[in-house]
Amino acid sequence: MSDYAFGISQRPCESNGQITLDLTVKNHPGVMSHICGLFSRRAYNVEGILCMPIGQGEHSRIWLLVDKDQRLDQMVKQVRKLPDVLDVECRMIEPELLAQLQHLLDS
Amino acid sequence: MIKRSGAQIIIQLLERQGIRTIAGIPGGANLPIYDALAQSNKIRHVLTRHEQGAGFIAQGMARATGNAAVCFATSGPGATNVLTAIADAKLDSVPVICITGQVPYAMIGTDAFQEVDTYGMSIPITKHNFLVRSAEELLWVIPEAFRIALSGRPGPVLIDVPKDGQTGLVEFEDWPEPGRQDPFPRFDLADLKSAAELINRSRRPILYIGGGVIQAAAGSLAVGLAEKASIPTVVTLMGLGAMPTDHPFSLGMLGMHAARYANLALEECDLLIAAGVRFDDRATGKVAEFCPNAQIIHIDIDPSELDKIKTAHVGIVGDLREVLEALLPMLKRDTRQEWLQLVCRLKLMYPQRFNGDDNPLNPYALTKSVACLLNDQAIVVTDVGQHQMRTAQAYPFRRPRHWLTSGGLGTMGFGLPAAIGAALARPECPVVCFSGDGSLLMNIQELATAVEQNVNIKIILMNNNSLGLVHQQQELFFGKRIFASDYQARVDFIKIAEGFGMKALDLNVSEDPLETLAAGLSEPGPCLIHASIDVNEMVYPMVPPGAANKIMIGGEAHV
Repeated sequence: MSDYAFGISQRPCESNGQITLDLTVKNHPGVMSHICGLFSRRAYNVEGILCMPIGQGEHSRIWLLVDKDQRLDQMVKQVRKLPDVLDVECRMIEPELLAQLQHLLDS
Repeated sequence: MIKRSGAQIIIQLLERQGIRTIAGIPGGANLPIYDALAQSNKIRHVLTRHEQGAGFIAQGMARATGNAAVCFATSGPGATNVLTAIADAKLDSVPVICITGQVPYAMIGTDAFQEVDTYGMSIPITKHNFLVRSAEELLWVIPEAFRIALSGRPGPVLIDVPKDGQTGLVEFEDWPEPGRQDPFPRFDLADLKSAAELINRSRRPILYIGGGVIQAAAGSLAVGLAEKASIPTVVTLMGLGAMPTDHPFSLGMLGMHAARYANLALEECDLLIAAGVRFDDRATGKVAEFCPNAQIIHIDIDPSELDKIKTAHVGIVGDLREVLEALLPMLKRDTRQEWLQLVCRLKLMYPQRFNGDDNPLNPYALTKSVACLLNDQAIVVTDVGQHQMRTAQAYPFRRPRHWLTSGGLGTMGFGLPAAIGAALARPECPVVCFSGDGSLLMNIQELATAVEQNVNIKIILMNNNSLGLVHQQQELFFGKRIFASDYQARVDFIKIAEGFGMKALDLNVSEDPLETLAAGLSEPGPCLIHASIDVNEMVYPMVPPGAANKIMIGGEAHV
């Protein structure tokens, strides 16, 4: 059980009731569909998405900013089950970074 | 160096996976695959009359054996037609590999002839899917598809192959290894100890087993657990056959159409040992009131099932066979006389009674008569509706993988093609398919496939000229306002079957229906056995949708 539980509550990675999931995934045209579909078909809104290729471009990192509600553990377990997802972490993102991004998008 | 086209790679890799039968329909976008299949002397092709039939034939093969099975469809309508059978496989965790043709890669996204976004449409209804971008990719995609379909909790995988991926030539050194099941996840011994302590301490435990027990071939271990620790056992629709229905510890199915005593025993239990189950709403009824006094041990190979519906006090992720094998020696032998006496009292006070089973054409009586005429070798397949629930309630299941039914998706039209698949995969077993007129009409074209393949299937058609379970719900919960559930036209199924070249018998016109039934069941090859039944016959007891399981309508002892 402990291998699978996400233990989100113990991590210093949430603010304003939101949390950022940090995914390492295989980089191919269908991977975003797979991940976003998991959330959309559970009527779970993804508030923010940031995705960039890493390394030689075979993999990507995706940050998903989501509201923390009681379904989050189940969501993380579902994300872990996707064969294209190599790793899922909960991430502390500097509030300044988010603010900068927000500013960029607002301008 | 080996030099092959993508299509040849597909067929040879399927041969190397041990695939010997493939159901499907050719079309423009998968013709290269069919051309390569024609050259195979190992794989037999079963041409269906609709791609959904091909998907369900593959399911029938996979459900009856536990091995992965394959179906083919072309692009566009071929792909959309097969999707229902793939979604059905997803909900019941069946390892089906569906290979679809697609328009050439460069034409994807142009609304080419017979182009649909098969990849996009299949994401939510498969365990995983692939859009193959070159013939080379097939060398790893095919084995990977089998590995994914068979590992952990099984499920369907779809591979969409553009036409140029089928025709493209590849040179390579060696064939890849066939895809195999991954090793099982390792479980925590401390969790196992906690589970054993809970069981040893509990005074009123119930074992709740489902399809996962069948998948793991852990039925006899589950029975061993029930016997050693004297634990009454309920079974889900998908788990029927894991424990013999006539076993002294069996309470049969739980939930919406359970025997009253089964649901009432669950009310009393203090520990629920949930093994290979997913707390489906048809099993639990109103979740908040399900097993109100029980702690829960949940064992499943899929970590996302733990704590999904009910929070487990002890959750164990692992293969049920391995977990139960390790758990058994840790359990105290116990007779639990007090608890067993209470369960026994519930059985006496709230027995399972079926209406009018003295009339041979009563649906319950007919179901039981079929069971009497067959032995445990028989594979029992159903469609979806009243006949399905009656079979689940009344048929004496004794073996795993001898009961095939569409549980999660509840797809009418499942029965006939799934029965064909079971008969193709297990030719030594007689296959009987209980169906209703509504369900049978949804894939009736596969009668032609059954005749063409001369499969040993017997269709028991219980015809009430109606969508019986809808009719029942309108009767019970919509103020008897029967609407759109009664057919106005009456189909002559005897003529229909005969028109397809299938032998057909009508129990209603027979002077001795039981003798006619016996004759029909012993016919070689496919045969349709028809019985008109009363549309007002209900499936009882019934828990109203959304209600707690203790609220059951009908089926009282005094009726």
